Amino acid sequence: MDFKFSEEEEAFRTEVRAFLDENLPADAKKSDQAFVAEWDRKVRAKGWVGYTWPKEVGGGGGTIAKQVILKEEMSARRAPSLGSCFMGLAWVGPGIIQYGTDDQKKRFIPDILDSKYQWCTGYSEPNVGSDLAALQCRGERDGDEYVVNGQKIWTSGAAWSKWMILLVRTDPNSRVKHDGITCLLVPMDSPGVEVRAIQNMAGYSMFSEVFFNDVRVPVANRLGEEGQGWKVTISALANERSGIAEVTQMIRKLDELKSLAKRCRHGGRPALEDSGVRRRLARFEARIEAMRLNGLRYLTKQLKGEKLSSETSVNKLHRANLEVEMGDFALDLLGGASGYFPSSEAAPDRGKWPFQALNWPEVVIGGGTPNIQKNIIAERILGLPKD
Amino acid sequence: MNFGFTEEQEQLRESARRFLDDRCPIPQSRKFAQTEEAFSPELWSEIIGLGWTAILVPEDHGGLGLSWLEMAVLLEETGRTLAPSPLLSTALATSLILDAGDAAAHARFLPGIADGSRIATLALLDEADAPHAASVTLVAEATEGGFRLSGTRDLIMDAGLADLFAIAFRNPDGALHLAVIEKSANGVTAKSYPTIDPSKRLGRLVLDNVEIRDEDLLHAGESESCLARALDRGAVGVCAETIGAAESALALLVEYAKTRLQFGAPIGRYQGVKHPLAEIFVDIESFRSLTYFAAWTIDQSPEELPRQASLAKAYVSDAMARIGVDSVQLHGAIGYTEEYDAQLFLKRAKWVRPAFGDADWHHDRAATLGGI
Repeated sequence: MDFKFSEEEEAFRTEVRAFLDENLPADAKKSDQAFVAEWDRKVRAKGWVGYTWPKEVGGGGGTIAKQVILKEEMSARRAPSLGSCFMGLAWVGPGIIQYGTDDQKKRFIPDILDSKYQWCTGYSEPNVGSDLAALQCRGERDGDEYVVNGQKIWTSGAAWSKWMILLVRTDPNSRVKHDGITCLLVPMDSPGVEVRAIQNMAGYSMFSEVFFNDVRVPVANRLGEEGQGWKVTISALANERSGIAEVTQMIRKLDELKSLAKRCRHGGRPALEDSGVRRRLARFEARIEAMRLNGLRYLTKQLKGEKLSSETSVNKLHRANLEVEMGDFALDLLGGASGYFPSSEAAPDRGKWPFQALNWPEVVIGGGTPNIQKNIIAERILGLPKD
Repeated sequence: MNFGFTEEQEQLRESARRFLDDRCPIPQSRKFAQTEEAFSPELWSEIIGLGWTAILVPEDHGGLGLSWLEMAVLLEETGRTLAPSPLLSTALATSLILDAGDAAAHARFLPGIADGSRIATLALLDEADAPHAASVTLVAEATEGGFRLSGTRDLIMDAGLADLFAIAFRNPDGALHLAVIEKSANGVTAKSYPTIDPSKRLGRLVLDNVEIRDEDLLHAGESESCLARALDRGAVGVCAETIGAAESALALLVEYAKTRLQFGAPIGRYQGVKHPLAEIFVDIESFRSLTYFAAWTIDQSPEELPRQASLAKAYVSDAMARIGVDSVQLHGAIGYTEEYDAQLFLKRAKWVRPAFGDADWHHDRAATLGGI
């Protein structure tokens, strides 16, 4: 065991820190579009967007270890993301790199890296959530086109995306449900696409319903072969990361909770004199440290060339529990004042705590609910029979 | 960056597992556990033959000069079959002697530990549930060239087996001292008692005007911090044993969930069974990471040890408590029988919970060390 990064890797960390010192002013706001656009251009110029993607497609060609360092440093300083094309970087790019035609690579990858526009992912449907492979949205071949009819839902960012990576059922009669699925790349301004925003309980409209009414998609926009859509989607999942960078966010959140606890009174005395408060904080800390160390074990596997699989569900489950519990803990510390909502001038810290306590589903449900993560562990790792 | 074991460490694990599966699988552990001291002289002499008591002893004292990572691997494997042996107590005493003793103390005690002729243990605290220096309250009488010690100390691992007791006491001025007392010394009696875990013994050391000479003292290090490190190693050692025990508990549950049919299907198909098993996996995976890292800090980064030991032991105490209960409960009535192994893990969980500080103790300490 050796928990040090190499000299070259540490030199890279120094470089990242210097870049942050220079380009991330303390008063920078992630909501300032001009600042973020300039930021996107700068990190792109450094080759840090799509950092581990191959150089041939315009990626950074960087190592996994350095990517961890890069993300750790960015996260520790609350920097904006490395590139703003979130879904494109997470899902679309990896799929195109592995399964796309040369034309698709030329057409889409540079735009993703340059943060030109947003992508959304057309996966979930009204009747199809955790059992994604049962999706019903139809894609029927008609000459050089597919004709798409059906509905998607919980589509994050659909309202402001230019393109969608869409899963449709092209073969309703396939023996195995996974085999009848095809992946299409669809412009959101195609005739017949209708987006209706859904407001979440925290008051934001991150996701939408998307309706498809005889939407015609050229065959040239198919990603992978017909019937290969499931594999294409899973390939992005196979890009599964050790999740260490996300841990940095949790550590920061814990630090914020600690400083909140220092300021608050609980049960009529300073909160930190209450051993219940102290133990709850320590319980968060133990789990976050476990996440960090789990992540380092998974990173070690990756560095040895082993593929990560279902074990990353472990940290997803920790995170799901922690998001909810840490949100509630903050409210407990604030007591009655926790009820003041963001719009109120009476709300402590401008109401960020009640907002967090209501906004966790974004992280906890998206990408697989905790119960699905448990199924994954039980079935794929422990070998228990499927439901 | 490498949070993995070396090839040699993996080989050690493999050979330890083969040895224990052959010589001390759980049915055999049960038999050994029924003896007075939960001890098999044959098994112990084979363990000595494998060099496990020499792991932590430096080469110039007849040992192998290896680290707590190797010891953690062995403890995990002995935990897997609930093998009763004084390996943990001896390892902890070895490290304290090494840490706090001078060259003469090393030369006097370590070769006998390495070659297996002497079993050693820690007898440090008067209040074992609060594992810190303030729990050493036994005061010695000063004599010409040493001390005279009378009193009773409890909750000592393998008290009835040990030939050497690493003890802590205070001089009449209140200063902390560490020393090694031999069982054969005048005025020393020690006795083991059964515990809630049939494979573990804790016991009592009674000292009646025991003379402690200068050469018995471990005074090469700063006593308070040597004591603290010894207790932290204890917590980590218990955690390492618990990884193996918890894995065996989970393996038994998974096997049962796959084969036990109810309502026309293996019960492992039902999420009421499947999800608790996944949660156990999450916990084991997590305290494995915490424990391995804490074990690494013992030799490589001792300034990090207090926090890491506390985070690991706090997690282990809580998680193993749940795993123990689930081992029995998810099996239904069969899990509650004496002949079935599930209950052994519940009993181990109960033993683990307070050992070297319970979850409350370590959460409190982690909070303090974490700046609050």
